[in-house]
Amino acid sequence: MELNQKIRSYIEDNLVVFEDEAEFTDDDNIFKMGFVNSLFAMKLLNFVEKEFDITVENDEIDIKNFSSVSKIVQLVESKRN
Amino acid sequence: MSVTIHVQQHLLDEARVFANEHIFPFASEFDKKMELPKSLIESMASKGFLGANIPEAYGGLGLDQVQFGEFTEIIGKACPSTRSLITVHSSLVSSSILRWGSEAQKEYWLPKLASGELLAAFALTEPEAGSNAAGVQTNYDDKGDHFLLNGFKKWITCADIADVYLVFATNGEKVTAFLVERSSPGIETVPIKDLLAARSSHMAEISFKDVKVPKENILGVEGGGFAYVVNTALDHGRYSIAWAGVAIAQGALDAMVNYARRREQFGKKIHHFQLIQGIIADATTKIHAARALCLKAGEMRDADHEDATMETNMAKYFASKIAMEITTDAVQVHGAIGFTSEYPVERLFREAKVLEIIEGTSQLQQGMIAQFALKKYYSK
Repeated sequence: MELNQKIRSYIEDNLVVFEDEAEFTDDDNIFKMGFVNSLFAMKLLNFVEKEFDITVENDEIDIKNFSSVSKIVQLVESKRN
Repeated sequence: MSVTIHVQQHLLDEARVFANEHIFPFASEFDKKMELPKSLIESMASKGFLGANIPEAYGGLGLDQVQFGEFTEIIGKACPSTRSLITVHSSLVSSSILRWGSEAQKEYWLPKLASGELLAAFALTEPEAGSNAAGVQTNYDDKGDHFLLNGFKKWITCADIADVYLVFATNGEKVTAFLVERSSPGIETVPIKDLLAARSSHMAEISFKDVKVPKENILGVEGGGFAYVVNTALDHGRYSIAWAGVAIAQGALDAMVNYARRREQFGKKIHHFQLIQGIIADATTKIHAARALCLKAGEMRDADHEDATMETNMAKYFASKIAMEITTDAVQVHGAIGFTSEYPVERLFREAKVLEIIEGTSQLQQGMIAQFALKKYYSK
């Protein structure tokens, strides 16, 4: 599965709205759209670190780096490089 | 049994003996005097109890989540206000520093918190920011070489005795977490007295007026205060409150069993009456279920399971709910004498209520649990 598909799939599994009510592009800010709750920030961080076997340093743990599928893809790719 | 488990079991046994000898017999007195004696806090510190959840590398006892939960139950059963000190000092603040602190911050703060040289409090809630914790109005300005903090916090447990506060403030755009020494000029505290419960938890209001905070005292990143630091802290806080619920419920069950075995009416001990037995049976079953939920949450937390936070929410919701139910029943079993401070059930009844409010109300927990269930158990 492509990187962005894995991330999108995880986000979709954790939406606080149902699939038929939630449409978002890879660039949409899922937190601002209210599609996930505040607890998801920590869960998403843990998922990204475990799933992609990376360590996100404390100074990189900014919600804007996790706000959309594209931003997370950027973060993971930058860590892998 | 491994050496580590054996040592940690010994610590829990020691905590149980300490709680039975030095805390439980005086809990009612603490409640009436509305304070925890300094000597008690010093004794707990000397035993290492203030660093129970801090790794040994930073001077703590290094209990894992399951053991720390059991430790919380031991202290909470003896005295909920003493437990509340552990909740804010260890679960809310030490855990946050452990997760979000830089290595320099961990090395500076954690040994001092573990030894009790410093006591910590968690300064999030404000008059207009309760359940909506992200709506804090306490503000900070970046002054180049330091931050300037202004604002007001309310319902802050241990604020009146703590040496350092974990404070959450906004610059209008971002919410950021700061470690603020209480001795900083511009900080004033006003005790909150005559509460329904948590009377000896040294709860206070805190005002910050042009308080200078060093740049290095940000915890986590600027702007990470709510999404990360608050969520981490409250997750640990909920875990602590879940065990606190089990503790109060077990205390109430112990009290009602002992009363029912001794009290006579209609010529026989009241435990012979089947309606009393029904109350005791329900309480026992609920407590065992709540403790099982707490243990499951603890195991999931130790395993870093992705649903550990949700299991913790369920444990907190259920344990606080059954604590309220069981303390209500415990007063009922005692009858009129249950209204007096002669028996602990009156105090436990009051103490149970606050658990349904703090660290996220029961209604907030229900909302989160329902969101989880509506996704997890839906068949596409």
